[in-house]
Amino acid sequence: MQKKLMQIGLILGSLIVPALADTPAPTPAALEAGIKSAQTSGDNAWMLASCALVLMMTGPGLALFYAGLVRKKNVLGTMMQSFSLMIIATVLWAIVGYSLAFGEGTSFIGGLQYTFLNGVGGDPQPDYAPTIPHQSFMMFQLMFAIITPALIAGAFAERMKFGAMVLFMTLWSLIVYYPMAHMVWGKGGMLNAFLGGKIPCFDFAGGTVVHVTSGVSALVCALYLGKRSGYPGEPMKPHSMVLSFIGACLLWVGWFGFNAGSALSSGALASSAFVATHFGAAAAALGWLLMEWMQHGKPSVLGGISGAVAGLVVITPASGFVKPMPALIMGFLGGVVCYLMVVKVKGKFGYDDSLDAFGVHGAGGSLGAILTGVFATNLVNNGLKDAAGNAQKLGLVDGNAGQVVNQLIGTAIAWALAIVGTLIILKICDMTVGLRVSTDHETEGLDLSQHGEEGYILEG
Amino acid sequence: MKKVEAIIQPHKLEEVKDALKQIGIDGMTIIDVRGHGRQKGHKEVYRGQEYQVDLLPKVKIEMVVPSERAEEVVKTLLQTARSGKIGDGKIFVSEVAEAIRIRNEDRGEAAL
Repeated sequence: MQKKLMQIGLILGSLIVPALADTPAPTPAALEAGIKSAQTSGDNAWMLASCALVLMMTGPGLALFYAGLVRKKNVLGTMMQSFSLMIIATVLWAIVGYSLAFGEGTSFIGGLQYTFLNGVGGDPQPDYAPTIPHQSFMMFQLMFAIITPALIAGAFAERMKFGAMVLFMTLWSLIVYYPMAHMVWGKGGMLNAFLGGKIPCFDFAGGTVVHVTSGVSALVCALYLGKRSGYPGEPMKPHSMVLSFIGACLLWVGWFGFNAGSALSSGALASSAFVATHFGAAAAALGWLLMEWMQHGKPSVLGGISGAVAGLVVITPASGFVKPMPALIMGFLGGVVCYLMVVKVKGKFGYDDSLDAFGVHGAGGSLGAILTGVFATNLVNNGLKDAAGNAQKLGLVDGNAGQVVNQLIGTAIAWALAIVGTLIILKICDMTVGLRVSTDHETEGLDLSQHGEEGYILEG
Repeated sequence: MKKVEAIIQPHKLEEVKDALKQIGIDGMTIIDVRGHGRQKGHKEVYRGQEYQVDLLPKVKIEMVVPSERAEEVVKTLLQTARSGKIGDGKIFVSEVAEAIRIRNEDRGEAAL
């Protein structure tokens, strides 16, 4: 009781005393520090939330989306492919990955100054994100390094050895992802529009870095590994549209962190990216469903969620550069184009991109990267200034037609790196551990043959 | 004793079961089965990949009843399991040589 009274006295005292004392006005420096700290708190809160949202895209989002699309004997093996990236990519990132992607190095790959996360602490890295702790930036980028390789797994679903996948993902991170991330987002990277790149490319949240690299690598994997045994004669229906639906909706929600978080702050640019993301997804789902409805007579749940994911892919590079109406247009085009890739083109060429990682991410990512050059405008993003301090013209709609060419070059570089890098990696994996499970194991399913367990034990 | 096996539409099961209870048939075994007769399957489409599904889910009811009750059971099944459309199913009746209750080794109709 006495203690409480004393506390109340102290509080009252602290309220009255400053009012009585002749306190000097805070210095401008102190004011500035106060504002800066408030901005850091605001921005960092959104960035930490975004980190968590993007991790949720891989586990459980992508894991569920992919797992629902395979046969039930492979449900765990497929989930494990996504989950294992949460492990492998994280450890690699801490040791060397972050440095190779974001350290200062050549125009192709980063240096080694951040190995073992040396010097990555609470102080901001002013080149990348001046208002948030360097650690927050590092974590946010890690989540991208996790989901990108995980996307590839859709192409070799139901037939790759677990050990081979672990080796593949490790090498792929080192040879394809870190260089591409450095070229587009790292300081001095050759495609970095904001930090001294020679060929300025706009890729707000990873159209080339994430979707083109993973999607094109997926196609190379599908071609190199060959078809699943029994494809396309045997029925290989998705075993649970319910799991896929939940996964896709988690991806949609997580994508707000992916795109709006790529503003690396919580102001108007983040809101604009949030808006573009949502509109792109909805318009693409509409586009895919309409195509399906016209061609097959029924709009399917799988069509709707595939379309939404395609739209999210297409809008990713553009999300921080375009207004809402172009986002709708881009999304709709993405839904239609990815539908045609998955339903028409794949069937024509006969490759077994089992879960359509190329049809959605490779095609959608390329389309998005190129359209970003068309619709990017400084009305949304005025981060690039000319010598006089005026916002530079960004895309075709601003009158800068040359940007479309830059985007094409950036996309071509991503294709080339993905094809060459993935072929080399597959060859290495093939010669050391072997890529495919045996036919017996494939028939038995990955769950039992690779992990010794079953996804559904209903007689328990 | 006769064994009555009926393959019916799954959604008719409750109605059939209740009607059999009404006429005093308590013992039965229900099995989820898949099959097809004259009924055609349906088409499913996943990302443009079409699948013809021929085997459709059905429910099979098995009962062993005293011979003189078999016709009554069949009539009840016909009344309740029928919708009049293709796919309603079939009923098979066969002779049973012996029935034995495991608990106390009752034999014959006493075991039913």
